[in-house]
Amino acid sequence: MAIPSHVLRELRDALGPERVLTRPEELIVYSYDGTWAEGQPDVVVNPTTTEQVAAVLRIANRERIPVVPRGAGTGLAGASVPQGGIVLNLARMNRIREISPEDMVAVVEPGVVNQTLQDELRPYGLIYPPDPASLYMSTIGGNVATNAGGPRCLKYGVTKDYVLGLEVVLPGGDVLRTGGRQIKNVTGYNLTQLFVGSEGTLGVITEITLRLLPAPAARATAMAAYARLEDAAHTVNAILSAGILPLTTELMDQACIQAVERKLQIGLPVEAEALMLIAVDGEPEAVEPQIHRVADICRRMGADPVEVATTPEEEEKLWLARRSVSPALALIKPNRLTEDIAVPRSKIPEMIRRIQAIAREYDVLIPTFGHIGDGNVHPDIMCDRRDPDEMRRVALAAQAVFEATVELGGTLSGEHGIGLLKKEFLPGALGPLAIEKMLGIKKVFDPHGIMNPGKVFPEA
Amino acid sequence: MTSLLQQIIPGQQVTGPEFPDYDVLQGCIRCGRCLPVCPTYQETTLETMSPRGRLALLRAVEDGKLDLTSSIADYLYHCLDCRACNTVCPPGVPIGELILDGRAAYAVKAGRPWWARIALDRFLTSARAMEPVMRMARLYQRLGLPRVVRPVLRALKGRHPAFHTLFHMEGLLPRLPSQPLHARLAEVTPAQGERRYRVGFFLGCMMSQVLADVSQATVRVLTRNGCEVVTPPGQVCCGAPHDDQGNKRMARDLARRNIDLFARYQDLDVIVADCAACAGMIKEYPHLLRDDPVYYPRALAMARRMRDVSEWLAEVLDDAVPLAEVRCTVTYHEPCHLANAQGVREPPVRVLRRIPGLELRPLPDSTRCCGSAGIYNLTHPEMADRLLEDKVRKIAGTGADTVVTGNPGCLLQIQMGVREHGIPVRVRHLTQLLDEAYARAESSRAR
Ligand SMILES: Cc1cc2nc3c(=O)[nH]c(=O)nc-3n(C[C@H](O)[C@H](O)[C@H](O)COP(=O)(O)OP(=O)(O)OC[C@H]3O[C@@H](n4cnc5c(N)ncnc54)[C@H](O)[C@@H]3O)c2cc1C
Ligand code: SF4
Ligand code: SF4
Repeated sequence: MAIPSHVLRELRDALGPERVLTRPEELIVYSYDGTWAEGQPDVVVNPTTTEQVAAVLRIANRERIPVVPRGAGTGLAGASVPQGGIVLNLARMNRIREISPEDMVAVVEPGVVNQTLQDELRPYGLIYPPDPASLYMSTIGGNVATNAGGPRCLKYGVTKDYVLGLEVVLPGGDVLRTGGRQIKNVTGYNLTQLFVGSEGTLGVITEITLRLLPAPAARATAMAAYARLEDAAHTVNAILSAGILPLTTELMDQACIQAVERKLQIGLPVEAEALMLIAVDGEPEAVEPQIHRVADICRRMGADPVEVATTPEEEEKLWLARRSVSPALALIKPNRLTEDIAVPRSKIPEMIRRIQAIAREYDVLIPTFGHIGDGNVHPDIMCDRRDPDEMRRVALAAQAVFEATVELGGTLSGEHGIGLLKKEFLPGALGPLAIEKMLGIKKVFDPHGIMNPGKVFPEA
Repeated sequence: MTSLLQQIIPGQQVTGPEFPDYDVLQGCIRCGRCLPVCPTYQETTLETMSPRGRLALLRAVEDGKLDLTSSIADYLYHCLDCRACNTVCPPGVPIGELILDGRAAYAVKAGRPWWARIALDRFLTSARAMEPVMRMARLYQRLGLPRVVRPVLRALKGRHPAFHTLFHMEGLLPRLPSQPLHARLAEVTPAQGERRYRVGFFLGCMMSQVLADVSQATVRVLTRNGCEVVTPPGQVCCGAPHDDQGNKRMARDLARRNIDLFARYQDLDVIVADCAACAGMIKEYPHLLRDDPVYYPRALAMARRMRDVSEWLAEVLDDAVPLAEVRCTVTYHEPCHLANAQGVREPPVRVLRRIPGLELRPLPDSTRCCGSAGIYNLTHPEMADRLLEDKVRKIAGTGADTVVTGNPGCLLQIQMGVREHGIPVRVRHLTQLLDEAYARAESSRAR
């Protein structure tokens, strides 16, 4: 669909001509996100103010032109990949409007990169806990729209737990303010949370008020290797029952361990079925004894060897293995489908066993890693997109993984969202009533269906 | 089941001479990790001005979705070749190299601008070939013309990009040496005291013609540390400017000549350069000559012998040679082609710490490009100015009285920057500061 020239003229008048891009080479670089999904926009706009966003949504709503909000395009569900229409690039709305140590909040524009905010908070001794592995590049707006999680979320929770208030531009150009600056708020429906994880299908987030926490003084990590996967899962429960709430518990399965070892040759236990990293944080006097207790529990649950790191340098060494999973996997096959399922914590071992069986059944390689403490795991189905036969098997394996997840009482996505890549599986996961109600809500905010159409819901 | 999961990609549709390797391009998983470190993305927040975007443009060309037009070339040329992206890319895609390959592909297709064919292909092939131009430049300075010309250019630079470029060119030029170094430096400079090493010296064109003092200091520092310095006559340009501007053919030709020349000196322990861009380029000869079965192994051999002077000094600096106290506060700007392209970050700092009395102050974003970037400050003065301004502001923020770096481009660019912004900071090459400390120690002993 081409955008009529009078509409382009109107967009240029509202934003300034240099903020409206239409040349093919300017469009093609907004045709992707962090997945392999691709689709062309008709125009890309780069607003810098809420008023400009409102102008775009006024025009788009009147003309019934699809609008795809985009942060940094690092999403792993294809949610910011356009299929025609307007790409609304929010990367340039990247000012931190306020950091208030008194109220312990930060007010930011959506294009602020997560790490930039963390850097600015450091002098105040504050943190914004959600730390997706993409924190160096993803935007807070994108984090909110996907309800991003991070390794710290076992202890601190996910993005939704830190969003106190929003400014949202709705189709038609109205500007809605939700929530506020306070932790407690039961004045009416919780509209703020409705937008968290909405993947750009309801409106455009233009300002976010975030809750902050005091930065913990110290951190320590233990790394434990397990001959049996199940023992790793039981360890997590044993640690929690012992009254310790770890910051994070990260698991790598055997395929990941072997891939990393092949790349780095740092002497990882390639025979082990699982490698687990457990971190704790808090006051230095508390952290040190705590991590040793964690290590003892690991040993008692059958881990061998167990290593402990209490200085940043030692920790760095232990985390190197976990951080190298992704690059190591890149050496195995050119492409991969990163899944993001979550199951109840008790079902993790069974889920991983099933994934391994699925990999055998369809003759594909599926290394799995993830945040075992919160039940969220990432099976990465490795593939070569030039191989049609393999891609057929990959699609079948992906479906089998989703079916197994739902069977075990789990969910399709823990933190990446549904977007384009998983929308076909939504009915199986939610059922017709839930989908009907969700679509009803969407209609209230977006009567003409201009906001990120074709995402999340199979029929929308 | 979604059709998207099964979508097959057909593979390469279009190819041509010098086209970036399609399989290597496929290595980009579009994670976006390179975005926040790219200076041109930081300045514009436009995907076209990002590493990932540039690779996407190249891939679109090879997928047959876009023609390799001048406007795509423009985005490729807006890249600083600073290689910050290479250092963070999780799957290790050689992004900077691919962008240069793309420039070369465009040059083959559309030709190169007249100024590049004259300035680079005719005059910038060796320090000797530069001589006619440099003679004019020396005359220009001797006649006192800069005092007249500079204010005029300053007034005109906003009017037309050509004036802006001239303004930069004029402003970059320091007081030139009366004679280039290659004409004065003996083939063999003996070590002072006992000879511990025999070191080849790759004398860059800019170093010889413009910064002869610096390279002279480099030679002195090396000889004081037991190095016999061999400077083979007949060196030609390393080829970096030609590679940078899409002329792979000439870059390869120059590389082969340097490889042959240095191959005749088999007994050298290492080859050093005090120009980070030259050392970086020579270490990249294997990539440049990867399709040449004869020269590829020779390129590898030369690259393995190549060291930036800071790397070598960090290894061989002799504690027995006294260094006088240098009472100054120093901050260190890391040249892109040293820190990012060669991965040499610790050695210069280790060397600086050896100088007594010197206080080292960290420079925020020390690896961020200063805007010099080969001839970028001439071809893209506006973006270069923005990066320089940021650099100068951060240097001033450290309160240091001296800024040290290791590349001629950075030296000239930052020198111009501190002068234009009126910041009282000395700009020095690492070896100059060392030389100063040695010289003071020697003169105090003589007294
Ligand atoms: C290497 C890598 C590691 C990752 N690790 C994690 C991880 O640990 N945890 C995790 O949760 N995710 C992770 N991700 C996924 C991704 O980074 C997150 O989903 C992130 O929140 C996306 O942010 P973005 O700015 O890139 O948004 P985009 O990808 O641009 O957009 C994502 C969605 O948000 C919508 N959107 C963006 N901005 C707005 C706005 N202002 N208003 C309304 N809608 C908006 C878009 O329309 C789209 O639906 C990772 C990705 C990569 C590539
Ligand atoms: S080399 Fe530098 S300017 Fe070029 S894409 Fe990489 S980071 Fe950006
Ligand atoms: S960091 Fe590497 S893989 Fe990631 S987008 Fe940039 S070039 Fe591609």
